[in-house]
Amino acid sequence: MSIEVRVPTVLRKHTDGQKTVAAEGSTLRELVVDLERRNAGLGAALVGDDGSLHRFINVYVNDEDVRYLGGIETPLVDGDTVSILPAVAGG
Amino acid sequence: MFAPDVTHAVGNTPLVGMPSLSPEGYHLYLKLEGHNPTGSVKDRVAKYLIEHAESDGRLQPGTRVLEPTSGNTGIALAALCAPKGYKLTCVMPENTSEERRQLLALYGADIVFSPANEGSNGSVRVAREMAEGDPDVFMPFQYGNPANPLAHYETTGPEIIRDLPDLAAVVAGLGTGGTVTGVGRRLKEHNPDVRVFAAEPEYGDLVYGLRNIDEGFIPPVLDQSLLDGRLKVDSRDALAATRDLASHEGLFVGVSTGAAVAVALKVCTPRRLPEGSKVVVISPDGGWKYLSTGAYGAGDLDEIADQLQDTLWA
Repeated sequence: MSIEVRVPTVLRKHTDGQKTVAAEGSTLRELVVDLERRNAGLGAALVGDDGSLHRFINVYVNDEDVRYLGGIETPLVDGDTVSILPAVAGG
Repeated sequence: MFAPDVTHAVGNTPLVGMPSLSPEGYHLYLKLEGHNPTGSVKDRVAKYLIEHAESDGRLQPGTRVLEPTSGNTGIALAALCAPKGYKLTCVMPENTSEERRQLLALYGADIVFSPANEGSNGSVRVAREMAEGDPDVFMPFQYGNPANPLAHYETTGPEIIRDLPDLAAVVAGLGTGGTVTGVGRRLKEHNPDVRVFAAEPEYGDLVYGLRNIDEGFIPPVLDQSLLDGRLKVDSRDALAATRDLASHEGLFVGVSTGAAVAVALKVCTPRRLPEGSKVVVISPDGGWKYLSTGAYGAGDLDEIADQLQDTLWA
């Protein structure tokens, strides 16, 4: 069971500069706990004290924003890619 | 179409079928916002921003208009401001296409560049700093001005309903969120079962060079509760779809249109939409302003996408 996690530049200080890291979890919540264990500070950057996703972070499982899947309880399966994108605008 | 002046030529854009690219059992249509006078969907927004500010007295002759923009809104504002005698300053990230700079200069607008690595968020920051404490400046602020989604609620949405009343879903790109919010709200009032999907651009690292996560920005006009899904699209997939639109449908469109079409192709599955569904995709602009980026040139798709990924294309 391995999930590839793509980390934006702003959070790579928690991953020794690594662009992608591997982690495990059958839900996004479990994955965040495992990410924090392997890369201190990374999990904490994603989820606030109340357990919800950081307002300015968009987390995608494969291509889809988890807010429109199951949120922090979104199920994950082996081979999924989780992408973390900071909220940016356009126009 | 007859128009006494350019502001009356905004909107009423074609809704064109995409028979070749539509997946088996689905029907895709593209709303060609590139047919607006300055070539983008932002003509609708600029017209509403200016006219609402005039009617409530925030904009008078001699006022300087200041707006953060990645390009299209600035060009649309510039075309409206020039004949009315308003001066315009656009704050734009430096990693935008050359055509945008030329068009702004042509219309007489001033450009202030914000750092590439701050993306559009940086333009917002710089424009706010410039406007602070200057009473002679009016900032429409498309990201927070209700006139932005209202333009789509009152014009884009009704046009879609008029042309395709039995649509099942709409797909639009996310920039300010004005299009998905205004169109989505209008279409769901028309039929609560209409699904609204947003296409989020995924750029290269350069565009996400924030110093910390709290520099992120969610435009206040975006109503996320209207969305049924939000899918990201990287430069490669957006570019591939953009080029397919030209070669399979004869449609020459900007890269963000390709991104929205790529999302439309993904949501055409029985899990999300019943077979037979009609899906409208909003095309924000044509391809003209991106020729200098090499997006349409010959060469290897992956290499072109690599060059494009740090240029703002939405």
